[in-house]
Formats: sequence, C-alpha cells, structure tokens
Amino acid sequence: MKIPLSKIAHGRSGDKGDMSNIGIIAYDERHYPILVREVTAGRVKQYYGEMFDGKVERYELPNLGALNFLCYGALGGGGTLSLRIDAQGKTLAAGLLGMEIDVDESELSR
Amino acid sequence: MIRIANGQGFWGDWLEAPVRLVEDGRIDYLILDYLAEVTMSIVQKQKQADPKLGYARDFPPLIGRIAARMKERGVKVIANAGGVNPLACADEVRRLAPQLKVAVVLGDDVFDRIGDFQARGIELRNLDTNEPLREVAGEITSANAYIGAFPLAEALATGADVVIAGRSTDTALALAPMIHAFGWKSDDYDKMAAGTIAGHIVECGAQCTGGNCIADWKTIPDFANIGYPIIEAHEDGSFVITKHGGTGGRVSIDTVKEQLLYELGDPKRYIGPDCIADFTTVRLRDDGPNRVHVSGIRGAAPTEFLKVSISYLYGFKATGTLVYSWPEALEKAKAADSIVRMRLKALGLQFEEICTEYFGANACHGPAAPPIPHPAEIMLRIGVRDKNKKSVDRFTRELIPLVLNGPPTATGYGDGRPAVREVVAYWPALIPRGEITTRVEVAQ
Repeated sequence: MKIPLSKIAHGRSGDKGDMSNIGIIAYDERHYPILVREVTAGRVKQYYGEMFDGKVERYELPNLGALNFLCYGALGGGGTLSLRIDAQGKTLAAGLLGMEIDVDESELSR
Repeated sequence: MIRIANGQGFWGDWLEAPVRLVEDGRIDYLILDYLAEVTMSIVQKQKQADPKLGYARDFPPLIGRIAARMKERGVKVIANAGGVNPLACADEVRRLAPQLKVAVVLGDDVFDRIGDFQARGIELRNLDTNEPLREVAGEITSANAYIGAFPLAEALATGADVVIAGRSTDTALALAPMIHAFGWKSDDYDKMAAGTIAGHIVECGAQCTGGNCIADWKTIPDFANIGYPIIEAHEDGSFVITKHGGTGGRVSIDTVKEQLLYELGDPKRYIGPDCIADFTTVRLRDDGPNRVHVSGIRGAAPTEFLKVSISYLYGFKATGTLVYSWPEALEKAKAADSIVRMRLKALGLQFEEICTEYFGANACHGPAAPPIPHPAEIMLRIGVRDKNKKSVDRFTRELIPLVLNGPPTATGYGDGRPAVREVVAYWPALIPRGEITTRVEVAQ
C-alpha cells in the first residue's frame, strides 16, 4: 500500500552554501529498512525536480535510524545570493515527508 | 560533571534565553553563539565606520544584566561575540560589568593578511568551486579562520569570568569548558569528538529542545517558556542533553535526532579544527523526562588545515511582491510575471538571475507541493540579482504599475517599491594550520 513518508518518519533540513541537507528519521528504528529501500537518492532528486540543479547523495546513519541527503544546487545559489524565500532549505524536509512510499502492511505492524 | 548551557543560537536569538538559563537553575558555563557567515561582513563594515564597533552589540548589555548572578553562582560565559573587534567588545563588557574578569582570544582575523597569503602562494581556493581567491581579491569585506576549543580553554584557565572570541567554531564553545574542567588532551580524539557533537546538538539553542521540531510538534508543551539546552558533561565523554525544570519545550530522542541531522554533511567525517567526528557512532538513550543520554562517540585526528571564511561584495538584488485575490488568483499572478519579464526585456535589461515564486501555491516546495485548485489569494514574488546596481534599481519600478495596468485584483503594494540590497557573498577556503597563531589577552 502507499503511505506518505510522514507516517513513519520525521526530519530536519538546512543549508551548506548552495547545498541543502535533508535528514529523514524513522520514528521507530525498526522501520529504518523501509527508509533505506524506499527513499533513494534518485527518488529525492526526482521528487524535487527542477528545484535541484545538481546531484543528490545519500548517507546512512543506522545508529539513529536516519538517512542524510545532500542536495547540490538546491537553493538557487544559496546563502545571500539566492532569490528564493526558502534560501536555507528550512522547509525541504517537511516537503519530502509528503512523498508517497510503498510498504507492506506487515512491515508496519512488526 | 559540569553543566554547559547554550543561550543563543545566532545573533538575534531570544534575548530572555540566557537570562533565564542563569536564573532558573544550576549551570556552570553559559555559551553564546553569535556568528553566522554573513555576520562577519556586517561587523567588519561597522568597524570601518567606527573603530569602537565591529562586534555583537547585544552581548555587553546582556552581560551587564546577568553579571551579579554570574558572580554569585560562579557561572562563566564563553561567546564568539567579538566579531572583528573582540578587544572593543571586551572594553564595553568591562564598562557594564566592572566586577567581572574578561579574557579575549585573538588571532582568527586574517583580513589584513590576504595579500600576504597570496604573495606566498596560498591561493585560498573556494572549497565548493575550486576557483582561486584572486578572482574577487579587490572586494573582500572580511576574512576569518575558524579556531578551535584549545585557545578558549586557555582563556578559561586565566580564571576569566567572560571569554570573548572572534570566529571560533560554534562547537568549540561547548568543547572548551570540557577541556578546561577535565584536562582532556588534544590527541584524545574520541573526547574531542564527544565535545564537538555535544556542541553541535546545542549550537542552535532551542532547536534541540522542541523548537522547529517536526516530530509531534503540536504536543510540545509551552513554547512560550521554552527551555534552552543544557549539556551535563562527564569526564569519560558521555553526556546528557536536558533543560531546566519547569521550562517549556521538550528534550527527547526525537528532538535530539532532528538536531543531530541539522546542517550535517558526510556523517562519518564532520570536520572541525579539533577532530573529525563520526556521527554514525552516536548512541542515544532515554534518561527520563526531558533527558537524553549520549555516548559511544568516536573521532579521528583533524586535518592539517583550518577553514577560513571570507566574505566579498558580489553585487545587488531586490525582491518585490504583489497579491492577487480569488478568482483565478494563480493565473493572474502568472500573467503579471510574464508582463514584468516582457517589460524588462523591452528595456534591454539583463539579469544574472530572475526568480519568480507563487506564495500559497508552491514557493517552498516547487513541483512537490500539492495542487490547490482555487486558492483564495496568491502572492507573486519576483526577485532579480545582478552585478549592475542600475539594472536592479530599474527593476524595482516595474511591479507597482501592474496594480493599474495589469491583471485585475492586485493589492498588497503598501510598502512601496522594493529596496535594492547589496549582496555580500561567502567564500569558504582552507589555510594551513601553522598560519594561524592565537593568543589570549586578559583585558585590563
């Protein structure tokens, strides 16, 4: 079945120059493998489409049940150069939590 | 065990937070983080206008306000409030709090040494783009090396009540009292990493105690009286994140995890002046209400370089807004954007960038935003950036006329035409460690 990522995860995002980092964290660490399977760098890049000029890299933090995405060229120039309202990428984690993921019901009850 | 509280996540954070941290319970050290990258260029300009300025001006009055309590309770303050003029900052602190001993850490400011570095072949290439600095050499507005915790610990060892630094790292403010109190050695990288990650967790103030927290935010109690974070640090490198009893907010595994992930790059290589910290070794444990125990942190030796933050004058920008009401609010805003672009083109104006956003539709999340079929109103926001100030200034004249000569129901122009703002950009680079020598002065 399809559920929004926000059902099983929370997160926080911020900036490093023109790169935004998006941290996505499983509420229940037993759901971390679902994040690893469903929330790939490619899907994040596709989800934000034209907003991201560059690549997306993913890093794993199994100790926190969390993934960290580095999104290059994601902030319209970044820092003081950017003309965007969210020049620091503060809202990008909340936005990504709206992405739909595929899960089996049994994975959630486990 | 020592208690280190952070009362300021940036210059402009809640003025009451540090006062409440000193008043509402026991702490040993109060750290205050004032500097962001852009801050340095702002304070550099202030110093050029008045040699007695160039630091975080909120800081001396704050110390004046809490000085009596600091003395009574033995609380020491460590702050990177010095900006580009830590000595002037110290003078003002001593004027407002004459009973306190003030120490200053100097040596981070390399604004006057850029030419010398370049003459000796230190190119200060941009960490992101790899371009050498000479591309922007004439327009530099500030240059500071990020210094680590040891110079701050040395300042604490003088018995100072207040330690003022310029561009120290945010995390060094927390690591320094641990080095001072526990006698940690610089090659004990696991402890350097533990103090650094403790600093990372608290460096944005209430962002680890319930502020800006996505997890169950509606159930977080009493934001109005949110407690700022306290590290209970132990000699073995483990620590507890907590806050004063009776304050609002929340410290939980969720709130701490969110802040651990904030502004994080490669989690195995969090590079700082004192170590490389490994965020994949952090172990969190619930330690009771509003207490999270942190342990297991591993670190490695730092690199041979220090980061230098250079700011330079880049150009100009302006952003303006108009509001269109229902019906067809988004269609009207899009038509207005296209009219503005046609008029700019007819004037022969070129911009490095033009950016249009539709507030209420998709300004924050772009294509990921859920569609809204009939928005009640949409705010059109158009921004331009260019090196040529005249072009940017001409753009600021092109929005308000649309109220009379464009699509219907435009409003929200009451603040007049947008202001042209100077863009000061940031140039991150590396410098060999040996180039930076710090020293501590106890202000007399």
